[in-house]
Amino acid sequence: MLDINDIISGDQNTGARMIRLIEDRDPSAHEVLKAIYPHSGRAFIIGITGSPGVGKSTLIDALIAEFRRLDKKIGIIAVDPSSPISGGAILGDRLRMQRHAADPNVFIRSMASRGQKGGLSRAAKDAVLVLDAMGYHIIIIETAGAGQTEVDVAGIAHSVGIVTIPGTGDGIQAIKAGILETGDVFILNKCDRPDADAAEFELNMMISMRPASPGSWKAVVVKTRALDGTGVKELAQVFLSHYAFLNQEGRLEKKKKEIELRYFQGLVTDLVLEKTMAALETSKAYREALQKIELNGTDPLSLAETVMGGITISNFNSP
Amino acid sequence: MAINKKIRILIAKPGLDGHDKGAKVVALALRDAGMEVIYSGLHQTLDQIIQSATQEAVDVIGLSIMSGAHLPICQKLKAMMQEKGLVHTKLTVGGVIPHQDIPKLQEIGVAAVFPGGTSFEDIIKGINSLFD
Amino acid sequence: MGVAKYIKNEKDAIKEVIYQSGIKVKPSYGPEDLEKAGFKYEKDLGAPGEYPFTRSIHPQSYRSRAWTTRQYTGFGTPEETNERFKLMISNGQTGLNVAFDLPTQMGYDSDHPLAQGEVGRVGMAIDSLRDFEAAFKGIPLDRIGSGLTINAVATIMMAMYQAAAEKFGYSKNQISTTPQNDILKEMIGRGAWIFPVEHGVRLVGDSIEYAVKELPKSNPVSICGYHIRESGATPAQEIAYAFEIAKAYIENVVQRGIKPEDFVGRFSFNLNVYGNLWEQIAKFRAARKLWAKMLKEEYGVKDNKNLFLRGLFGGGGSGLTKEQPENNIMRGAYYALGAALSGAQTTALCSFDEAYTIPTPRSALLSLRTLEILMDEVGLRDTVDPLAGSYFIETLTLEMENKIIEEMKEVEKWGGMVKSISNGFVQRKVSRQAYEFEKGLQSGEYRKVGVVPVSEKGTDKDPGSEPAAVELHEYNEAWAEKSIANLKELRRTRNGKDVAECLKGLEKAAKGSENVMPHLVKCCHAYATVGEMAGVFRQVFGEWKEPDFY
Repeated sequence: MLDINDIISGDQNTGARMIRLIEDRDPSAHEVLKAIYPHSGRAFIIGITGSPGVGKSTLIDALIAEFRRLDKKIGIIAVDPSSPISGGAILGDRLRMQRHAADPNVFIRSMASRGQKGGLSRAAKDAVLVLDAMGYHIIIIETAGAGQTEVDVAGIAHSVGIVTIPGTGDGIQAIKAGILETGDVFILNKCDRPDADAAEFELNMMISMRPASPGSWKAVVVKTRALDGTGVKELAQVFLSHYAFLNQEGRLEKKKKEIELRYFQGLVTDLVLEKTMAALETSKAYREALQKIELNGTDPLSLAETVMGGITISNFNSP
Repeated sequence: MAINKKIRILIAKPGLDGHDKGAKVVALALRDAGMEVIYSGLHQTLDQIIQSATQEAVDVIGLSIMSGAHLPICQKLKAMMQEKGLVHTKLTVGGVIPHQDIPKLQEIGVAAVFPGGTSFEDIIKGINSLFD
Repeated sequence: MGVAKYIKNEKDAIKEVIYQSGIKVKPSYGPEDLEKAGFKYEKDLGAPGEYPFTRSIHPQSYRSRAWTTRQYTGFGTPEETNERFKLMISNGQTGLNVAFDLPTQMGYDSDHPLAQGEVGRVGMAIDSLRDFEAAFKGIPLDRIGSGLTINAVATIMMAMYQAAAEKFGYSKNQISTTPQNDILKEMIGRGAWIFPVEHGVRLVGDSIEYAVKELPKSNPVSICGYHIRESGATPAQEIAYAFEIAKAYIENVVQRGIKPEDFVGRFSFNLNVYGNLWEQIAKFRAARKLWAKMLKEEYGVKDNKNLFLRGLFGGGGSGLTKEQPENNIMRGAYYALGAALSGAQTTALCSFDEAYTIPTPRSALLSLRTLEILMDEVGLRDTVDPLAGSYFIETLTLEMENKIIEEMKEVEKWGGMVKSISNGFVQRKVSRQAYEFEKGLQSGEYRKVGVVPVSEKGTDKDPGSEPAAVELHEYNEAWAEKSIANLKELRRTRNGKDVAECLKGLEKAAKGSENVMPHLVKCCHAYATVGEMAGVFRQVFGEWKEPDFY
């Protein structure tokens, strides 16, 4: 088992190996996570999401520079898709942040989706936990907002930034209604493009149509040009002011509780699934059902009912 | 959840040489062999390579060197890996490598050498065999 | 079989041939093919030396003059390079082609940490005007032109060349230099880039503008389809991307209020001869025609001599094999034949041992002799464009033209070359093709004689081979020591106030839109170092971040 003191003291080698255990789903990771959990909860967690090609990595590279100027220690989890065919991946987000590679106060970690949506959200969340326990002040999770890489960032991050670009309207249309509702900051990147103003207007319109309750955060649109750093200072300030806002009136605590609750529910779901399947796979009923499918006998729908019908969950106390 | 291990490899171009076709083509081949490849980009210092390998917790560092400086680079990098505790990480090198240098590289502690012209199949086999 | 795709039946008869550019070749060609392709003599060919120059840019071509050849030199210290230059000139060379070491190419001084182990390794090390003075001492710069193989900091080297010439008493009107200066191809292929794309293009624009106004005999840019092809582009893409790069430079200069007519005649090209013979010949003929047409129709260029596609067709490095290296001698001869049948004005061949070792003087001489045999012995000087009128070649040339246009349109759809490179579209396409081709070569789908596909390794089809002895240039620590000592001495003895002032002027120009060239010349005269000048650019422009490539 890894020495948790090394993680807590911020040793990058140990922290990185811990994240490796997490993504490899090594059983030993669980105990370490338990041990470091009490040391987490100090970091400000930002999720950055948006369609491929909108310039997320370049933007994060510029954000790192900005947060470093403010003397913050920065951790990055950048998620890329695995090839559905080979299961391999080329993880390229790091390429655009590489100028920070030798800065000991920056930790960049690429993660491949490894083909499992739910599992990935869990692994990303656990990896954030490690970086948090290691003492990074700000942790950014980068993930593409569509398809198999989708991570439930809103279930992990305190502040969600959604990156889009002006263009034929595609950028904005690509923001699915669900994601639009979770966004705290809308980043209009490549804002030197001709129809940036129209896109900004459209974004503000959409935001104004969101149901707002008194005292809730009003989402902000920030125009950036990541390539030359335009607007990045403002963007960093907006994230920090959102954090300041959360820190008032117990909002952050509330948010953390929500995240913790979701984390717990996810863990339970995983455990139930894992244990149930482990038990099921060795059961006679399950094996028989598999055989029946093989022999083209009964339909799978009825078989599933039969198999599950035999399971009783008795050791939970109902109220 | 079941264990889901993959080989993670950092393909790195140390120094100022910019001929990256070989590195890129090998990265694609390793990806298609089911590995997770982190590509460093060009013009990397050894510090940057060490730091990337550390943070990415890779199993293998694969250097691509065309400049003829493979011996001093590997020697220095290997020492830095020791110093930084990258004891689980294997060092491999490809590129313009004279045959007579292979034993010297092995002596330094390079786990596998893939001179230009090595087939993808042999590279993939060579890397997989480091973890048998 | 070959670098084209050959689909065969079970009796080994060829059923289909598809060239790398994507053109299918028929078993035979006749007049009906030309008719179908809409071939018209005046429109598509014309006489040699007449628009659209498909056949040749000169009416007499090799009859009036055989091709010229180039040799690339420069290593270690400027003093050693100077000796070599003098020897080459005394042997009758009329032009020099200068190689720089990697730290110089990347804008670092010899004492920069990243220069460690690289000073003088692949070319000469230049830190300041002192080194240029040493390298070009005693060379008649009014008679001898110099190619400078440098890109990211080509502006600095052009300024350095002018400053050195001025020190020796020549005026800038007398000197002739051709820096490679093609930064966009570095971003696709060779990797010696520093600044972000748009700043890189701006520097190329500055140097062209300056050459137009101040250096009447210099050719400020040589566009290299060569390296793009080596990186995995098809022959059609090689030309298409080179032309799109040219357009990016032209547009930058036109924005400064300069007419294309006033500068496009100074562009030259460096193109590759590697590949299928017929495809290569069609490529060069189509390229000559398209370039002239494009300049005339899109940019309103009128003077015929400004419509010429000039340059070097040669090399062929990708075709060479490490296995059975003597075969490369024959390959080189056929590549050169292709270049001659295409009407190359200038050529150079890779040495047969270049794929795995330092070319020996003997192998370099063999390359030269190969070129001489073609011109002096075999009869390639007899008549201009001997393949003209061939049903096959003319059809293929027209098809190639269409392919090139198709590839250019794709780049334009992406938003032009600057955007395509910033976004990585071109790099992605090229590296994917390089990967597919390499896989094909290893599986036996493509063939190079002597290269055994994986499936035949160890079978009776595998002749087996001893690994070729690879030799690399010995690195001489003394080069770096000497450079660093000179640099220290220079920093101590030069007028530091002058240097600081000149660099300040350079910074101001770089930040604004003023041309940086006059400031660079001033900086060079004040003995500012390459690292200091490039450092100003690094600070003002930042460094490029590569897009992903997969």
